[in-house]
Amino acid sequence: MTHRHVAVIGAGPAGLAAAEAALSAGARVTLIDSADQPGGQYHRMLPDAYHAARPERLQHGWRAFDRRRRRVLAHPRCTWWPDTSVWALERPDTEEPGVPRVHVLRGPADGGRRRRLTLDADALVLAVGAHDRVLPFPGWELPGVFAAGAAQALAKGERVVVGDHVVVAGTGPFLLPVAASLLEAGSRVLEVLEANTVGTLARGWSRRPWELAAQAGKAGELAEYAALLIRHRVPFRAGRTVVEARGDGRVEEVVTARLHADWSVVPGTERTLAVDAVCATHGFSPQLELPLAAGCALRRTPSGEFVAVDDDQHTSCPGVYAAGEITGVAGAPAARSEGALAGWLAGGGDPAAPSLRPLRRGRDHGRAFAERLATAHPIGEAWPGWLRPETVICRCEEADYASLCRAAGNEASAGTRVTKLETRAGLGPCQGRVCGPTVAELTARLTGRPAERPVEGLPAAGPHLRPIAQPIRLGELAAAPEPSPDNPTPQAG
Amino acid sequence: MSPRRVRAEADAVGRQEGPLRIIVDGEPVDGIAGQTIAGVLLAADRLSWRRQRSGAPRGVFCGIGVCFDCLVTVGEDRDVRSCRRRARDGDVVTTQTRQAEPGQGREAQALRTREPETGP
Ligand SMILES: Cc1cc2nc3c(=O)[nH]c(=O)nc-3n(C[C@H](O)[C@H](O)[C@H](O)COP(=O)(O)OP(=O)(O)OC[C@H]3O[C@@H](n4cnc5c(N)ncnc54)[C@H](O)[C@@H]3O)c2cc1C
Ligand code: FES
Repeated sequence: MTHRHVAVIGAGPAGLAAAEAALSAGARVTLIDSADQPGGQYHRMLPDAYHAARPERLQHGWRAFDRRRRRVLAHPRCTWWPDTSVWALERPDTEEPGVPRVHVLRGPADGGRRRRLTLDADALVLAVGAHDRVLPFPGWELPGVFAAGAAQALAKGERVVVGDHVVVAGTGPFLLPVAASLLEAGSRVLEVLEANTVGTLARGWSRRPWELAAQAGKAGELAEYAALLIRHRVPFRAGRTVVEARGDGRVEEVVTARLHADWSVVPGTERTLAVDAVCATHGFSPQLELPLAAGCALRRTPSGEFVAVDDDQHTSCPGVYAAGEITGVAGAPAARSEGALAGWLAGGGDPAAPSLRPLRRGRDHGRAFAERLATAHPIGEAWPGWLRPETVICRCEEADYASLCRAAGNEASAGTRVTKLETRAGLGPCQGRVCGPTVAELTARLTGRPAERPVEGLPAAGPHLRPIAQPIRLGELAAAPEPSPDNPTPQAG
Repeated sequence: MSPRRVRAEADAVGRQEGPLRIIVDGEPVDGIAGQTIAGVLLAADRLSWRRQRSGAPRGVFCGIGVCFDCLVTVGEDRDVRSCRRRARDGDVVTTQTRQAEPGQGREAQALRTREPETGP
């Protein structure tokens, strides 16, 4: 027993592996997820009420996941908090570095009568994952246009398919499992469109081919998806994408077009296709609210910002570890290696333990794989070419491209913060989770300056800075938090 | 045809269906136990149930609680992400709008919508 108490936030592949490793290091673990079941996005489980006889049919690596899930949740030193959203991390005194206090709401999502609790642990493992990044295009706000992850979540988690005649478009290997899930559930997938050209894909994937051998599992999974597309005669086209969705109150057709390597449209290649749903994805955005609240430093990469971690998955904040998609997008196997490493060390396990060697190797292969993904599936420079003045950029506030251009042209307002106030982009209910990276990128382009210039007296307004990670009702905020029964630390105010 | 549930008899995962009925704007809508409210609405062929300021219809977009396009009122609780909330039999769901009624200014809209605005 190490007598340490580790709070693991997120029970996806990374968090579940972290919990298991921390337990085996002898620590006590509180495993927290806003969902009612563990698994995260990759091992999204069917509801208990479905009594599924063959859940493994929808999952890769179900047996190993199922074993781990049972072992962790039944462990005497593990406390499992499902339906629990971490809405804030509160840093102790800045003078006195320490592990942030975890503030949670327990109960059904966005419910009015959730319990508000706090938790103080000796170490935190943040494993909160990512969500789809979707670039705007004319008509993307029409009902029937979905982030690809939504189609995946509905098909895998509820057995609901989003449409009968579907186009899956964007970039990245995630297009394939999404198409596979739709086919499995009986939709017709008309086309799978990878925006990057064959040249870009080949350059990205053929560089250092020996690295791929380390990802044999992933490669096998991809080959399986490819075979499925062939069997269902679904065309997979590279260098083509959806540049517009049209319809009266819902999507009825899409316009697709061929793209150059920089994603500029090849004139005259537009084609119109009748559809009842579109699934789009242009990569993933890590959920950085909690790492930022904890004070973790970020690292900038060509495909976006991620939590910076050292070789031990330790962030720049004492006692705070990070694992999985928030440190880089490399898929579930890498998330598991990172999680296990983070959990073991957070739990006080021996950093020289021989069992860490394969984990570190898995993590390093994952990092190499992430880099490869980023080179093979970049977002082309010229994508704003498919925007029109009236194209919605911020879905919540319906701020359009023209208003963003106007704000950018005004010298005084050419920074994200002022652009936000002027156009309201990023100020709606989603708080810029969807449009944030896009607005930052477009603003930088339109003004020729980085968007995140610090304004006098204020820190730079990064697109991920949200003091409140999950919505909390004013009534809940007003109620005094209870200390966790699991953790009788005296509470201040 | 549009969104729908895979038929239980044809479902490779071999699942069972328990009946569930929710009331949406006064009308009964049938789903099955375990579904989210968004899942029930989609499978009942409702693709949108919320209106934006401009009047534009919205439904599910991200499916995992990130975009807030799918908000509904459940009982007394406003602004519930329907893609994240499991439906319970008898739930009374009211659809929401941010659309201004004619003659109402921005303040009136803000009061009516009371959507979380917690930005920096
Ligand atoms: C919608 C979606 C579907 C995907 N489906 C697939 C797929 O089918 N195949 C594939 O190869 N890859 C898929 N991916 C990619 C996937 O993200 C990774 O491969 C893998 O799941 C990452 O593991 P993770 O543990 O880092 O994060 P996740 O699996 O995303 O787990 C994060 C967990 O943290 C929880 N969480 C987040 N914030 C909070 C909070 N504030 N409080 C409490 N809990 C919180 C979430 O509920 C979630 O369970 C999908 C991604 C998305 C966004
Ligand atoms: S669909 Fe995005 S929050 Fe529900």
